[in-house]
This record gives sequence, structure tokens and C-alpha cells, in this order.
Amino acid sequence: MLDPDLVGRTFAGASSTVVTQEAITNFARVLGEDNFEVAPPTFSISITLAQSQTLLQESGLDWSRVVHGDQRFVLSRPIVAGDEFICSATIESARTMAGNEIVTVRSDLHSGTELVASTWSTLVVRA
Amino acid sequence: MVHVGGASLSNFEVGQEFPPKTFLIDRQLLVAYANASGDQNPIHQDEAFAKSVGLPDVIAHGMLTMALAGKYVSDLAGGSGAVREFSARFTKPVVVPADSTVELVISAKVSALENGSAKLDISAICADSKVLGMAKAVISLS
Repeated sequence: MLDPDLVGRTFAGASSTVVTQEAITNFARVLGEDNFEVAPPTFSISITLAQSQTLLQESGLDWSRVVHGDQRFVLSRPIVAGDEFICSATIESARTMAGNEIVTVRSDLHSGTELVASTWSTLVVRA
Repeated sequence: MVHVGGASLSNFEVGQEFPPKTFLIDRQLLVAYANASGDQNPIHQDEAFAKSVGLPDVIAHGMLTMALAGKYVSDLAGGSGAVREFSARFTKPVVVPADSTVELVISAKVSALENGSAKLDISAICADSKVLGMAKAVISLS
């Protein structure tokens, strides 16, 4: 079970992530995209996943039983090579339904003071 | 300034349906997506592991299915840079057996036009089942 005291808390990433052209190109190619100028709309998951996974595991979530429930992206502008982001993760909610634990975590990518992307992941820990 | 592409507003109307496109998913694509995204969860690559946690077989990353739907949306939008919002529920896993290719069929319909952007309802079908639910995108138009 996730520690309920952690709901609403934001955890800032310790170091920044620089987006490389190689990372954008590799991600885009898998999807059959041949324009590598900007990142595909779901690219930010490759930046945020590790942090949110570590946070939730450290918060008591059994990752081996986790399935992805839903996902949302909001982008104020496209992500491009050279962007340098600080990633923060906030546990927005945690509840139990039919024995399954349902946790929503928001990840924000800031470039300086500019909020470039927010993503919401809802994860279901199967009972 | 980054060129964000952008389809013309005049090419969109509410209720308009865009033709479906089929994306092919196989085990090789799952490995490629795992490497590109960093999501190395073994349920997407290791059949024995997937079955040990109660799955019928290896399943595609939900985020791969969503990313392919995102490619469809980017094409409609005139480029990835025009996609402002994108959301979906993962309603059913896409099962990817060894040595086979699974078809994912994506289509979309315009649900609203406002402030220079279009809202899209997206459909994602695999083996006659809806694999994304409530899939929606907002694209900015020029």
C-alpha cells in the first residue's frame, strides 16, 4: 500500500535531463515518424517514467502488480533537442476500488520557469 | 523558432471522420519501443514472465499503442508539434504472440472546433476490441 501521507506531495528531481536529438529520433523512428524536428506527443514519458516509478516504489507500491490505467499529456509547446528539463512528480491521488489500489501521479517538465509538459499517469495495482 | 507544422483550420469540420490507418505490431517493435522509451518491463518482451503474472502472452506497452495513435494524430495535425493535449485509457491489452504481426487500426473524428484548435475523438481497435478508451487529442491549427 502507498503511504497515504504522501498524497499531494511533490518530489523535485535532483538533476536536470537534457533532451538529445538521438533520443527524439530513436523514439520517433519506432513509430514510423520521419520528421525528427520535434518530439512525438508522448515522448515525455521516456523522461518521466523512471522518476515516477522510483517514487512510487519507494512509497510502497508493488510495481510487479502495476498496470497502466490511463495517461494524459498537456504540452505548452513541442519538446525539441537541447531542451533541459527539471522533472517533478506529484502523487495527486490514491484510492482503493474493488481491492485494487489506484494511484494518479502527475509529472511536470520545467525548462527554467517555463512549464513545457505535464503528464498524468493513473496506475492500478492489481489485488 | 521551431516550425510546428499545423494543418489548416479550413480543412476541419465538426463531425468529420478521418480514414483509418493500420499499424503493425510485432515482438521486434516491442523491443524497439522498450529501448527507445526506457520501459523495459519484462511483460512486454518475456513470454514466460508475462504468463507467470497471469497474462495470456506478451502484451504491447499501453504507451506504444498510445504513441502509435499519437503518430496518427500528428499526421492529421500536420506534425507532432501541433499536438497540445492527448489522453487515453488502456481498456484492453494488445496481445502480441511470437512470430506474428498484430494489426492496430486507428481512426479519428472531429468532436469540436474552438480557438484555432480541433478536438479529436480517437478510436483504436485490435482484434475487434477497443484497446484505448476515451482517447482524445487537441491539435492546434493554423
